[in-house]
Amino acid sequence: MTIIRKSIAAWLPVLAASSFIVTAAVGEGLVNFKIENGAVPQPLTGEPGNPARGRQIVRDMNHVTCLICHSMPIPEEPDHGEIGPPLAGVGSRFTASELRLRLIDPKAVNPATIMPSYYRVSNFMRVGESFRDRPIYTAQQIEDVVAYLSLLKDN
Amino acid sequence: MPAVNTKLAALLTAIATLSAVAGSAADVTNAPYEIDGRKSGYLFMTPATRSLQDDEFQNPGMFAVERGRELWNQKDGPDGKSCASCHGDAETSMTGVAARYPVFDSARGGLVNLELRINTERADRMKASTYKYESDELLALTSYISYQSRGKPLNVDIEGPAKPFFEEGRKFYDARRGQLDLACGQCHDALVGSKLRGDVISQGQLNGFPIHRLSWRAMVSRHRIFAWCNTSVRAEPYAAGSPEYLSLELYVAWRGRGLPIEAPAVRR
Ligand code: HEC
Ligand code: HEC
Repeated sequence: MTIIRKSIAAWLPVLAASSFIVTAAVGEGLVNFKIENGAVPQPLTGEPGNPARGRQIVRDMNHVTCLICHSMPIPEEPDHGEIGPPLAGVGSRFTASELRLRLIDPKAVNPATIMPSYYRVSNFMRVGESFRDRPIYTAQQIEDVVAYLSLLKDN
Repeated sequence: MPAVNTKLAALLTAIATLSAVAGSAADVTNAPYEIDGRKSGYLFMTPATRSLQDDEFQNPGMFAVERGRELWNQKDGPDGKSCASCHGDAETSMTGVAARYPVFDSARGGLVNLELRINTERADRMKASTYKYESDELLALTSYISYQSRGKPLNVDIEGPAKPFFEEGRKFYDARRGQLDLACGQCHDALVGSKLRGDVISQGQLNGFPIHRLSWRAMVSRHRIFAWCNTSVRAEPYAAGSPEYLSLELYVAWRGRGLPIEAPAVRR
């Protein structure tokens, strides 16, 4: 079981770069998803993403806040990181499906990126005990954050 | 050819220094805190933190040094010996020692760093109890001994029997780990000078240790910062004093070769 999951994950970057369709089983109790043309078109859950909740989630220190690396239009938070590109306007640059893949596993887009994968559990080295076998975000949190990011349009 | 390369490297370094380092614009030179592009964490601190380090009467790390001086002279164990009984005045006998550590120890068949050496001296020569890693006592003695090397360049031996450990350390440094899947160098080589939330990322050099970390109000050993950086990427840390961290310490100390010992440094 685990071996199969691992080997699929290992191929993800290669497959995502092409236009093949793959199904990625990422872990016990986790939702499968399909990568198509550099995007994940199908939402991970039946409940539509809630942008207000998404805005709360991305600030949350307990969930590897995006603010570590990105500046975001969240003026009430101090100390935005400046490692990744600013996320203001990101909803104009990417579709919701593209944003979903960039959260689930940005390494499927760029294997060298330092951005963490928010919905992947395999192929890691020595994950801390309390973080093993669970992704950073739940499937619903992915959807909520995708909904929030989609609203960040350029004026 | 080599001349051209050196010039280019110097130019790049100059540009990087100008653009990346907060508070350095007024500095004419980074000497002695920078050697061939290798930069002490000092250069990434605000002027206020730097002057706290520079002023021995204000540097909070000096409390540990003072405590270490007492412990150096304090008799312990059945024979009533202190470190001074064998080594005399640390100000002469311990000069340069911290700059050479960790070293390969043939009795152990592995590396020892300063903390482990202090403890083996206590156990073997004084027949006294060992100190816990990160205890006030061990931090104090380590600080006191390191203080005797202030200004001396980091200079670890990575040849001979130390070589395989050095290679292990390099592998550790280069491996992505934890749920965030990040290697040491992805922050401390690739992102030097960038802001990671409120922190400016330095090169992760060891020349200041033990450091006084203002945000923790505490003295911090080299292995504790390794564990903190591991935990930050949601990786399972290793124990302080573990073979993994000893090898990493050797590699990271070599990365900073030539940087002057600054203990006790003050960091954010
Ligand atoms: C440890 C650093 C880090 C964290 C944490 C992080 N990112 Fe990123 N992110 C990056 C980097 C670096 C890039 C640049 C693209 C690359 O490296 O391939 C990026 C790219 C992106 C992009 C593509 C933007 C573009 O214009 O190309 C999006 C969208 C994004 N991140 C969203 C997020 C969100 C949302 C979070 C939190 C849930 C997050 N990131 C957390 C480092 C990070
Ligand atoms: C996600 C980014 C990140 C990763 C990965 C990381 N560190 Fe750090 N490290 C930091 C930050 C932030 C600090 C505090 C600011 C500074 O001194 O650079 C720090 C501080 C340090 C310091 C103290 C430097 C000083 O002058 O006080 C050392 C040494 C260090 N890191 C070594 C390592 C090693 C070894 C690894 C790998 C095991 C590692 N780091 C992995 C972000 C990181």
